[in-house]
Amino acid sequence: MRKIAIYGKGGIGKSTTTQNTVAALAEVGKSVMVVGCDPKADSTRLLLNGLAQKTVLDTLREEGEDVELDDILKPGFLGTLCTESGGPEPGVGCAGRGIITSINLLEQLGAYEKDLDYTFYDVLGDVVCGGFAMPIREGKAQEIYIVVSGEMMAMYAANNICKGIVKYAEAGGVRLGGLICNSRKTDREDELIEALAAKLGTQMIHFIPRHNDVQRAEINKKTVIDWNDKCEQAEEYRTLARKIDENQMFVIPKPLAIEELETLLMEYGLAA
Amino acid sequence: MIEQRPDAQTAKQELVSMYPAKLAKKRATQVVVNDVPESGIVPEILVNSRTAPGIISQRGCTYAGCKGVIMGPTRDIVNIVHGPIGCSFYAWLTRRNMTLPPTPQSENFMMYAFSTDLKEENIVFGGEKKLDAAIQEAYDLFHPKAISVFSTCPVGLIGDDIHASAKRMKEKLGINVFAFSCEGYKGVSQSAGHHIANNQLFKHVVGLDDEIRGSRKFRVNLLGEYNIGGDAFEIDEIFKRCGFELVATFSGNSTYGSFANSHTADLNMVMCHRSINYVAEMMEKKYGIPWIKVNFVSASGTAKSLRKMAAYFEDQDLMDRVEAVIEEEMAKVEVQRRKYAARTRGKTAMLFVGGSRAHHYQELFKELEMKVLAAGYEFAHRDDYEGRRVLGTIKIDADSRNIEELHVEADPEKFRARVDSEAEARLAARGFKFKDYNGMMPEMDPNTLIIDDISARDTEKLIEMWKPDVFCAGIKEKFVVQKMGVPCKQLHNYDVGGPYNAFRGAVNFYRDIDRMVNSPVWKLTLAPWQESAEPALEASVA
Repeated sequence: MRKIAIYGKGGIGKSTTTQNTVAALAEVGKSVMVVGCDPKADSTRLLLNGLAQKTVLDTLREEGEDVELDDILKPGFLGTLCTESGGPEPGVGCAGRGIITSINLLEQLGAYEKDLDYTFYDVLGDVVCGGFAMPIREGKAQEIYIVVSGEMMAMYAANNICKGIVKYAEAGGVRLGGLICNSRKTDREDELIEALAAKLGTQMIHFIPRHNDVQRAEINKKTVIDWNDKCEQAEEYRTLARKIDENQMFVIPKPLAIEELETLLMEYGLAA
Repeated sequence: MIEQRPDAQTAKQELVSMYPAKLAKKRATQVVVNDVPESGIVPEILVNSRTAPGIISQRGCTYAGCKGVIMGPTRDIVNIVHGPIGCSFYAWLTRRNMTLPPTPQSENFMMYAFSTDLKEENIVFGGEKKLDAAIQEAYDLFHPKAISVFSTCPVGLIGDDIHASAKRMKEKLGINVFAFSCEGYKGVSQSAGHHIANNQLFKHVVGLDDEIRGSRKFRVNLLGEYNIGGDAFEIDEIFKRCGFELVATFSGNSTYGSFANSHTADLNMVMCHRSINYVAEMMEKKYGIPWIKVNFVSASGTAKSLRKMAAYFEDQDLMDRVEAVIEEEMAKVEVQRRKYAARTRGKTAMLFVGGSRAHHYQELFKELEMKVLAAGYEFAHRDDYEGRRVLGTIKIDADSRNIEELHVEADPEKFRARVDSEAEARLAARGFKFKDYNGMMPEMDPNTLIIDDISARDTEKLIEMWKPDVFCAGIKEKFVVQKMGVPCKQLHNYDVGGPYNAFRGAVNFYRDIDRMVNSPVWKLTLAPWQESAEPALEASVA
């Protein structure tokens, strides 16, 4: 089984990209589990055609309650398995600790013992504390893909995430598989992200053009393939899924100094 | 027989040289050979500084200082620890603080351990609701006058707003509820916890009750006396005989009401300077109550302190009564002192404890005609070592800055200067000094060793080199020291002994120390194979 974690700046489109890619993998017969690591518990909404009813951490709340894997692992689009770790309301408790607890619980329940081709972790925003690094620690995800765009703060976040990967790469064996550019239609975006990838020692594995069909599918609580498998954007996600499936390039990234990152933007970020 | 001991400088080198170079350099400023020149300006010592990782330190945490030391000895406040159960359970009744409720029916919560018992789900989802429920439950069960809440490390990390919870429940229940952000990881030792406790007590309790209670004219507070083994009972009794009205003790045998009323006193007496000088300073600014340093450990210290209190009030009757009490008590003490000193004279002691105790107890050893070879504190600051003259020169670092410093101003209604300028001049002419504390070092002999935050390894090495007749520390050190054939007197909780304060307490101490230093049992600690002439087997850990 390949265990993949998807990181990236908040709002960049991690959950959308993950679920659409997973739908494409399921379409070609792969068995996939998606573990949502966002306290909002909305990482599997498109695959389940609605929000998951019960999160892993919800099972902790009532004393004496036994927990069955079936309660928290729900079948979604084409047999994909979906689970949400869940977590506290904004501003209370510790979401990071929640992720650690949740992944341990999933292991105890045997979620990873199922016959799977892939597990995807969809992780909240930046790696802000130890809890959010849990999916890339020992024995968890081995491959990371970072969703990024040509916007400065998205690239800054991607670079920070690479620092987190370096930290765990030696101990846990986690590697960077590539950058996924989720286009925001900034100037020379593809060249910029190609250049960033090169500096980091990785690749831009795919450039996903911006298309309103993604939004249309989302409103219908569906992945693009589920909503309209003939549309152009569905083909983009199929390509991304194929590239990930065939990927051979796994590296320990070389994070940039902030000055280097700014130079890169000066070079590519402005239209000639 | 005079034993051959390495001199202080050599002993210091031995202690310091074992550490890695960088730490050895730092340690060399924390271990000082004492020197007391004419000027009284003793050598500077580095203290209140982070313990190096890996060192087995005597120190405790901020929570221990706040909940355990300052707030623990008050019987009628329900102290709820917001955290996992161990923080409350293992800090429960460990200090032998005595309390005496006026009737068997009176409130006394000290025998209870209150905790919110935080579990994993509370860490993930937040524990504030559980805290609210715990406060409600404590209220429903006991209907106390006040409830206080203590934050532990995990609560600090997840950011539960304990102060908001306290405020909510205060409004709801109509009793005083207040909280302490005393997470264990704050500061470099328990000293930070004392400061936090002082601040909140001052902010939320002191000054709430203006009624003048008690019939005696000379109203005083005793600060920094924790009634270990009944110390405060001894002092109370002497005060009554002299004619002092003890309004509040911070905090031994203490009550919520006495704190609320404490601003009606006319003099604050500071015993443990380190743990409580903050309240004394703030009460002076806000209410106009001056403070003096006292020490009721030892008979001579008690006499001196009583005379100073009487001198402050400038009342001849009071002075006469104080002299009569001193004369009567000293006569009894002196008979005992001579008897015991004949057996303890010339013996040696070391004291590594607290933030005042290592200093105060030296007076008792002087009365026993024993010699103190080395001493140090666990959590004191430079003023406790070198005297308050260094206060302006203490470098504030980020660790101290991290603890809130309250800004206090004179209360427009309740401020009343207790001493006018004429009285101040009269007192000064008689050599009377307010807020005067010279610290421990000027009162110790030259060429004694002063060691801040002594480590387990330093302790063993020091005992090996200087072989004291008694070592004073706490429970963590006690049995290691005793295995080396040296009796260890606990000066945090007095083992099972005490009281050791005031006149009768001093005699108790003479007796207990005599029993320790003259017991033949310490000569029997060698096993038969250690006594034989056979070469000992060398063992090492791989």
